[in-house]
Amino acid sequence: MNEIPLTHVLYVSTALFFIGMYGLFTRRNMITMLMSIELLLNSVNINFVAFNKYLYPDKLDGVFFTIFIITIAAAEAAVAIAIIINLYRSHKSIDVEDAAELKW
Amino acid sequence: MDYQQYIFLIPLLPLVTFILLGIFGRKHFKTSAGIIGTASLLASTVLSLIAAYNYFFVDGKVNGLYQKIVVFKYSWLQFSPDVSIDMGIILDPISAMMIVIVSFVSLMVHVFSLGYMKGETRFATYYGFLSLFTFSMLGLVLSTNIFQVYIFWELVGVSSYLLIGFYYDRPSAVAASKKAFIVTRFADFGFLIGILVLGFYGGTLDIATLIERLTSSQSAEFLAISTASFVGVSALTWGLTLVFVGGAGKSAMFPLHIWLPDAMEGPTPVSALIHAATMVVAGVYLVARLFPIFSMDAVVLNIVTWVGASSAVIAAVIACTQTDIKRVLAYSTMSQIGYMMFALGIAKNGGEDGLGYMASMFHLFTHAFFKSLLFLAAGAVIHAVHSNEMKDMGGLRKLMPITHISFLVACLAIAGIPPFAGFFSKEEILLAAFQSNKIIYFLGLFTAGLTSFYMFRLYFSIFWNKSFHPVHTEGEEANPNDEGTLSMKLPLIILSVFAIFAGFVPFSKLVTADGLPLETHLNILFSVTPVALSIIAILFAAKLYKTENERPAKIALSLGTFYKAITNKFYIDEVYLFVTKKIVFNLIARPAAWIDRNVIDGCINGMAYVTATTSNVIKGVQSGKVQNYALYFFGGIAGLAVMFIYWWK
Repeated sequence: MNEIPLTHVLYVSTALFFIGMYGLFTRRNMITMLMSIELLLNSVNINFVAFNKYLYPDKLDGVFFTIFIITIAAAEAAVAIAIIINLYRSHKSIDVEDAAELKW
Repeated sequence: MDYQQYIFLIPLLPLVTFILLGIFGRKHFKTSAGIIGTASLLASTVLSLIAAYNYFFVDGKVNGLYQKIVVFKYSWLQFSPDVSIDMGIILDPISAMMIVIVSFVSLMVHVFSLGYMKGETRFATYYGFLSLFTFSMLGLVLSTNIFQVYIFWELVGVSSYLLIGFYYDRPSAVAASKKAFIVTRFADFGFLIGILVLGFYGGTLDIATLIERLTSSQSAEFLAISTASFVGVSALTWGLTLVFVGGAGKSAMFPLHIWLPDAMEGPTPVSALIHAATMVVAGVYLVARLFPIFSMDAVVLNIVTWVGASSAVIAAVIACTQTDIKRVLAYSTMSQIGYMMFALGIAKNGGEDGLGYMASMFHLFTHAFFKSLLFLAAGAVIHAVHSNEMKDMGGLRKLMPITHISFLVACLAIAGIPPFAGFFSKEEILLAAFQSNKIIYFLGLFTAGLTSFYMFRLYFSIFWNKSFHPVHTEGEEANPNDEGTLSMKLPLIILSVFAIFAGFVPFSKLVTADGLPLETHLNILFSVTPVALSIIAILFAAKLYKTENERPAKIALSLGTFYKAITNKFYIDEVYLFVTKKIVFNLIARPAAWIDRNVIDGCINGMAYVTATTSNVIKGVQSGKVQNYALYFFGGIAGLAVMFIYWWK
């Protein structure tokens, strides 16, 4: 079986990244936005793992980074959901457009 | 006797009174303020008399020469090892004489005001201001340092301003106080520059050192100041002239006299104290204090002489036509100060030629008594009649016998009729003028005649002329009580005594230019002319004003435009108004205001406008929408990425 070339993996991660970005910009629901951010983080994870596997097969740095990122993503999700819950309590909505008071 | 133990109390007691009455007066001393002020000043006066007595008759004289005793000196602001502003107290013949005059006249005014200002809502404030003035004036005459003089000089200016504007609900009083302050302040500017010039070349601000350095023609300082020149005039002349400008402003010398007649808007006792006896002679005192330096420069002495003489004549001429009794007295004050000035101008330092100096100080001394007496008597008249205008008076001699007699005494004194005080001092001045400058002598003689005329015009118009018709409201009869309380009569009586006998003080033995006693020989033949002239003038005034008649009006009519010019004070006020309103305001003030409003304000407003507009444009970026911020963030990252990829090799 032929090895899958690095570029293919990068195509996938890039696609994932822009899907995440698209979701982040277009969705108004904060939970969906949070999910989009998870997509962004995971695309980066794929990049780390792929570069580690293809360029430095004898090292594990990229994999470590991925584990760190997953950990941080979990923490970030917890914080973000706490914020969303608080926002819901005060605004009765989790629509990001409804929480635009912090402006000029 | 040790002066140090008590002399500092002389100026400090009024200062304490001022602080006490100024802070707590309106609440706690509403009625007792007068007693407190008078009592503290009485103590001050007694101390002054003790100090002066000790100085003149006990220990001031060493080997027949009056010493300058620096009682105490404290370096207040040290600029360099040589130059410092000191606060000190000096006793010499003129300062010893001045503390007596200032505290004594001030005491009389304090007592008089007890009755005159009774029931005034700002009674305590009034006494506070009087105390402030007395403190400043005493500080001024005792100063050892020329800058100390300047500080107290400004303080007397401020207290004069406060007291002229005492009736601050009258627009005319407010205008007068501002006028007095601005005119004298303007002159003080000259004084300050003069101090700086003298201090710069003399290398010191201490008066005694300054005199010592600038009067020996070999010293380096004297050579520097007399050789340095500006516009062809030596620095010495400039410095002294500028100092004299300050003195002329304070002493209401022509052409800086315009504030004095208006200053009569203040309460009458204030006019007696500040604008007759003490503050206005500060200019004379200043010239006398620096006289050794003045005597080094003939040009400045000439200026002093002619300014003094012209003021004396002009003021006397104007005084003949004024109808407001206080204004007549104001012009008469100006005229008498002109006398003192020219007497200083024709004097020389020391010896027989120092006669003018001694005469000037003598006249200052006697003038303080009879002029404050005139003002206080006028105050009593105004108090009774409720008007300043001569036409509302007349025939008051029966109603106010004490005021009548004291006014007559003061008039005789100022007219120079022997043996009243004014005779002696005026004779000395005329004698000094006769010996040094005949033109000045004749001007002085002419002024003396005019003085007798207008003083007796005043006297006859107030106390004789028509019978008195009270301008009171119907039903309120004028009664003998109109003469005022005992506190108003007492100062009149005391001052009358002084106006009669002050001339017998052996002044030439006590106060002279060089501290050595001067032999004066009063020449009877010489005295005949001025006295005869005065008597003729008095008879003339009696003919015109003793009874109600048409003669004064006819004379006024026959003089026509000339008379009109005099009544309008030679249009000097109008000239000032023209210069300030038309020239200064239009050519300097208005362009300056335009620059301020358009250029300077424009810059600041422009900056604010640009900031506001820009922020209006870019504030939309701060939308508060999270996704917008995310977009900028990603945009920025993308931009950086592009930069790194294409430009970072």
